[in-house]
Amino acid sequence: MGNRVAIVGAGMTKFVRRAQETGKELSFNAARMALDSCGLHLDQIEMVCLGTAPDTFDGVHMKGEYLSDGAGAFGKPYMRSFVGGGTGVFAVAQGWYHVASGLCDLCLVVCEEKMSTFQPHAQAAFLTIFDHITERPLKPNLLWIFALEMNRYMTTYGLRKEDIARVAVKNKNNALDHPAAQLAQAVTIEDILQSEVLAWPVQRLDVSPVSDGAVAVVLASESVARRVTNKPVWIEGVGWNLDTAYWTNRDLCYPRYVEEAARMAYKMAGITDPRHQIHIAEPYDPFDYKELHHMEGLMLCGRGEAPQMTLDGITSRDGELPICPSGGLLGVGNPISAAGLMKIAELFWQLRGEAGKRQVSRKVKRGVAQAWGDLMQVGTVVVLGI
Amino acid sequence: MPKRKEPTPTVERSIAAPPYGAVASGLSDDDFHKGRVCTTHWAADARYAWDSGIAIGRYLEGLKAGRLLAVECRKCHRVMIPPRMFCELCFRPIDGWRQVKDTGIINTFSLCYVTWDVKRIKEPQIPAVIEIDGASPGMGIMHLIGGIDPKSVRIGMKVRAVWKPAAEREGAITDILYWRPF
Amino acid sequence: MTERVAIIGIGATQFRSISPDVSYKELMFEAATKACEDAGVNPRRDVDTFITCSEDYNEGTSITDEYVPDQLGAAMKPVQTITGEGLHGIAAAFMMLRTGSFGIAMVEAFSKASNVLTPDGILACAQDPVYVRPLEVNSLFIAGLEMNLFLHESGVTPADCARVAIRNRAAALKNPLAAWPARLDLEDFAHAEPVAFPLTALDIARPADGAVVVILATESRARSIGRKPVWVEGIGWCNGSPNLETRDWATPHYVTTAADMAYRMAGVTDPGNAFDFCEIDDTYTYKELQHAAALGLGCRCSGRPVINPSGGALGMGHLHEATGLARLYWAVKQLRREAGDLQLDKADRCLVQAWRGVPTESTVCTVLAA
Repeated sequence: MGNRVAIVGAGMTKFVRRAQETGKELSFNAARMALDSCGLHLDQIEMVCLGTAPDTFDGVHMKGEYLSDGAGAFGKPYMRSFVGGGTGVFAVAQGWYHVASGLCDLCLVVCEEKMSTFQPHAQAAFLTIFDHITERPLKPNLLWIFALEMNRYMTTYGLRKEDIARVAVKNKNNALDHPAAQLAQAVTIEDILQSEVLAWPVQRLDVSPVSDGAVAVVLASESVARRVTNKPVWIEGVGWNLDTAYWTNRDLCYPRYVEEAARMAYKMAGITDPRHQIHIAEPYDPFDYKELHHMEGLMLCGRGEAPQMTLDGITSRDGELPICPSGGLLGVGNPISAAGLMKIAELFWQLRGEAGKRQVSRKVKRGVAQAWGDLMQVGTVVVLGI
Repeated sequence: MPKRKEPTPTVERSIAAPPYGAVASGLSDDDFHKGRVCTTHWAADARYAWDSGIAIGRYLEGLKAGRLLAVECRKCHRVMIPPRMFCELCFRPIDGWRQVKDTGIINTFSLCYVTWDVKRIKEPQIPAVIEIDGASPGMGIMHLIGGIDPKSVRIGMKVRAVWKPAAEREGAITDILYWRPF
Repeated sequence: MTERVAIIGIGATQFRSISPDVSYKELMFEAATKACEDAGVNPRRDVDTFITCSEDYNEGTSITDEYVPDQLGAAMKPVQTITGEGLHGIAAAFMMLRTGSFGIAMVEAFSKASNVLTPDGILACAQDPVYVRPLEVNSLFIAGLEMNLFLHESGVTPADCARVAIRNRAAALKNPLAAWPARLDLEDFAHAEPVAFPLTALDIARPADGAVVVILATESRARSIGRKPVWVEGIGWCNGSPNLETRDWATPHYVTTAADMAYRMAGVTDPGNAFDFCEIDDTYTYKELQHAAALGLGCRCSGRPVINPSGGALGMGHLHEATGLARLYWAVKQLRREAGDLQLDKADRCLVQAWRGVPTESTVCTVLAA
């Protein structure tokens, strides 16, 4: 598996609906904080990886180049990865192979998103993710594809809205303890069920918001990690998987690409029984039903069983297998790629016992972060351990 | 001249957790739209004319003629729609073409009250994935359901394509207006 | 033990000014099929990781990553998209193979430049939205500024630059894949359409459509497949300043930094004499000369190393993110002694370098050996 790689520092900006800072400034703030958190200086960083999602939002072509200075990449080897919403977790996998290859000891990974730039509303930009010939003429919007998947999932397993809304309640309440949260609210299931129907079965409070924000982590090879901190968080496994672009040829009730990505990461990490060997999880939750969908894809429970697990309280912060203790995208916010890296940062703090009020009750030594993206298509998974 | 708004960084010190520092000055909609901060505007001039290629080119010709076309791979025995020149499972060129029916089954659907450019509408659009009769099981395309009370739509319903009159068809996915349950 | 990395397969479509008969997916499938055939691999079974290089604005689709897997044999496999040069993809593959967790990698990039109706409008979107775009100047001004300073500082003349295009486009006459072969002379340049002084239309590589796929493997996998490997001895990449205001217009330091990284890895101490040929970026004529100097290739008075025997981008066409991969394709052909009419007598070790074009300061270079 090459050299062992650890996360030794993390930093993030607040997630807000519209930041005054430019994308470069957001990146800089996150990178600066990540470096400060472990007492390192940019001069010591050898390589930089940036993750950021559609250039359309910013109206900047080759957005990766534009953001490179804010991400600390001046004069350094630099690359930007882009796998849709999966980017935030994938960026860590990319940073992992930078260090595990032996080519460097210290790599900075930054994820940034500034969705608010797009006028009049960022959601309109998503028209361009659909096939230019077979789909765009129908004027699809992003809500369609989630609603189609949510309906298929609910119908396949006979789920009620309440079963799903429970996730939004958990996460938005969890986020009340997250200092960077955009949409923390003490909501109830009733609030979710009464919220405006956007694209049945999707209602407004089922959906995470459009956000601006940035997160950064510092990766180090084993020998350097041990000198930088006495609590390195090891990257034990990485996995990613992209399903066919022909999403209408697939059954949307199960994210098999998340399972494939998880298998790849679990194999590397030596995990054979995820339900018990994973102590804490941060799956991607842009919509509430997605957390359930991804819990199943991560094989933390059987297919269709995630709602019951949530109902039983297993996934709450003081439960047996806390899920999205950060508050997730639903509570903290969804600056697309930064959201994925926020989950990695959350596990980093949780595993080190530094999550403050969000700290989960049980002792946790191993966690999994997962992001999703593209057309219900990509799963990116990272297993962290201390 | 509106007074320029200075950034007011938000610092959270009350929650015991790793310091998040002074970052991300949140702007309100008003700050932004009422010009309290400096902004620049740009309308991107980004226009494209995409080559549809062999597979989709032929698909579109079929649509113009009022037919749905699919392709087949003799190795995995799948009949695939939308057409492609390669079988993505077997990684080999497809073996041939086949006309499939313009009827199908609703695999999933939604009732959407928001347009792509975020306008609210009263009568919902009904996007759906429709599994096409004659193609392999689960082979669906995305399209719209119509001609039915939205509240009556169900997964598993049989639907038939409602085509534009021949003279109005252009060789586009919109040559089918919508799919109506029968 | 970290294994050496080899290139074991390459595949490319024809590079053409337009390709109306095929879609981008069909171009990719052709290149991937050829590369897999060349490497003797089945991507469904043998390729562990796929890397594609593309930029949304060049395609007119957001999240182009969505549309790549099927035609590469990558559906339900690990695929990543890097918004970088095809050679950045090679760097990523190199690193992944060195971790020991992957045995075979596929790198892909394509261009459908002909489908872009507003290339200037899109390149304008790469300019800084606050400090540069409001000036509303065609992006080529950036190359014009740099060329002007380069000529001033180096003593290189516009005629010297013209000779780069003359040589490269003539070389392309023997390149079966090239899109823009031509027999030009200095007279043509005297009448060339001015674009952004001192840049003329003939100084600029014209766009072309096409796709290139490269297959890499660890040494043990290469040997078990039985394909003659081309070794990736070193690779380096570097970013300079994205800001026009804070960059050193006279010297592309980032090119030297990237080269030093690759040279160190490859054990190259005297780049002027280490390579039989080099495929270096010639998006603009002056760039070939500027890059040759920054890469430490010396005066090349003895005719070594041969520069851009493929005909370069000036001759083959500028292929968006696939430009560097097209050069790598021909470099591999040379090293394998399969370059046909383009074959050099001595072709044992080379340098391939790519630059991402204006307004970037982003470059990758790699040392390859037979």
